[in-house]
Amino acid sequence: MNRLPLAHRLRQHLRLLLAILITLFFLFPVYWLAMNSFKTADEIYASPPVWWPASLQLNNYWVLFKDGDAVSVWNSLVVATGSTVLAMSLGTLCAYSLARFKTGGDHLSNWIISQRMVPPIAVVFPIFLLYVFLGWVDTYIGMILLYTAFNLPYVIWMMRGYIQDIPRSLEEAALVDGCTHWEVFWKVVLPMCKGGLFATAIFTFIFAWNEFLFALVLTRTEVTTYTVQVTHYFGGQSNFWTKIAAMSVLGTLPVFIAVVFMQRYLVRGISLGAVKG
Amino acid sequence: MSLRTALSSSQAHEVQKQFARMLVAPAMLVLLLVAVFPLIYLILVSFQGITMMDNSSDFVGFINYQAILEDTRLWQALWHTMVFLAIALPLELVLGLLMAQLFLDQLPGRQIMVGLLVLPVVISPIVAGAIWSLMFDNRYGPINQVLGWMVGHDMPLLWTIKPELVYPAILVAEVWQWTPFMFLLLLAALANVDKSQLESASIDGAGYWRIFFRIVLPSIWPVMAIALLIRLLDLFRLFDIVWTLTQGGPGTMTETLSIFTYSQGFKQFETSYTAAVALVIVVFLSAILMWALKRVELSR
Repeated sequence: MNRLPLAHRLRQHLRLLLAILITLFFLFPVYWLAMNSFKTADEIYASPPVWWPASLQLNNYWVLFKDGDAVSVWNSLVVATGSTVLAMSLGTLCAYSLARFKTGGDHLSNWIISQRMVPPIAVVFPIFLLYVFLGWVDTYIGMILLYTAFNLPYVIWMMRGYIQDIPRSLEEAALVDGCTHWEVFWKVVLPMCKGGLFATAIFTFIFAWNEFLFALVLTRTEVTTYTVQVTHYFGGQSNFWTKIAAMSVLGTLPVFIAVVFMQRYLVRGISLGAVKG
Repeated sequence: MSLRTALSSSQAHEVQKQFARMLVAPAMLVLLLVAVFPLIYLILVSFQGITMMDNSSDFVGFINYQAILEDTRLWQALWHTMVFLAIALPLELVLGLLMAQLFLDQLPGRQIMVGLLVLPVVISPIVAGAIWSLMFDNRYGPINQVLGWMVGHDMPLLWTIKPELVYPAILVAEVWQWTPFMFLLLLAALANVDKSQLESASIDGAGYWRIFFRIVLPSIWPVMAIALLIRLLDLFRLFDIVWTLTQGGPGTMTETLSIFTYSQGFKQFETSYTAAVALVIVVFLSAILMWALKRVELSR
């Protein structure tokens, strides 16, 4: 580094400084949310704002649990987990068929991914009417099935890509050795795409976990998810900032933890498989 | 030994075909139920005259579609959506690309910083909206505070209420959340650009912009096109962030297409009219999608 000309070194320092400033800009709002969740009401409603709370008190969280609002996090967990398990099971089977046996050809694959891109607002309306008819509004089963359907195209599309990455020769060898198609799928294919399965499951979970519009329309009081619960604290006259902050942090924490464990697959996951990490 | 010789007998081939269909069936059933049922139902209802007051299922022809043409609020909602799209999408692209350039070469702490920049992308848009309503709060928010320091007196700006401020507020939140998305994809794409090609071009004396347009851009275009397509479709259905920040207000000033449709269906209970609107949106978007999917290399 020291041998480089001064101008070059200066540019490197400027680059680093700029990079740090940009990172701080994108992180500060998250920091602000987290800090507000620890503030007392007095500290939140202070002008000028308190940049660092006097103590990291947990009363805002305690209130959420005491009042039972935290149930919405549990509801999110049930709905997201249930739909992830279902979508992964159905989707991976379908993906294997598309990847290896070319079932339906490119047309079917393209149709499936285009289903992912239909705006929820167009679908939610008839589904709401159907759910009223079936008595599924505000039930776990209704939400789990809806999110399963909502995430299926994503799972099929991503898993199709991951399965295509596995060399075919292993499956062929297993078939020659007398394995049935099922055994090949269970014993050869699934273990080979463990990483992709895991990453896709996490993404599916996050999509269901973060979803709002379906939950807004299709839940009332029994299975309110955390995103809907957050919006309940916005009032016409005033907003309950302590609760908004604490509930938002509760809802964001699992997502942050999940992301740490799948850094390697992140770009592939959010680019619909277009970029292989 | 290839799969074909292993399964040379037609019986084995039949078994494989059956297996392939069996695997697809459950997923297809769910997808058809969710994709086809709503569509058929929307078509049916859109030709009826169901409103909150009138529950009759008589067919009324194209009245609802005619109403779409005359509904200025709907066209305004489309206009608002287009404004958000036309400003946010280029901003996210350019900022993301600049950031990707900045982070492309080795930097101390580069991995940690890139890891942290991922966070906005995975946060729920509802929470992102909540974060930015906190940031923009007129009395307790840090933004007005910092602005106040800069100008030397109090700046109690009503970011989510004043007509001239709501668009900047929503756009800041939107761009904050999704610029890192562009950044991550473009960073990966830039890292895959052929280095030797870049070197030989610069030895040949090609300038920065020439290299960018002749070598870098064509190389990252496939990824960029997909990133743009994903964001375009997301912005077209923009709902969550606007919902938490302004609920479409003041009045209907920031009402997007999705918020408009929601309020028609679930606040005014204009059932048949909402069905017609939703159907038009689906048809319109499918047309864009079919056009785009032919051009974008989404499948390998």
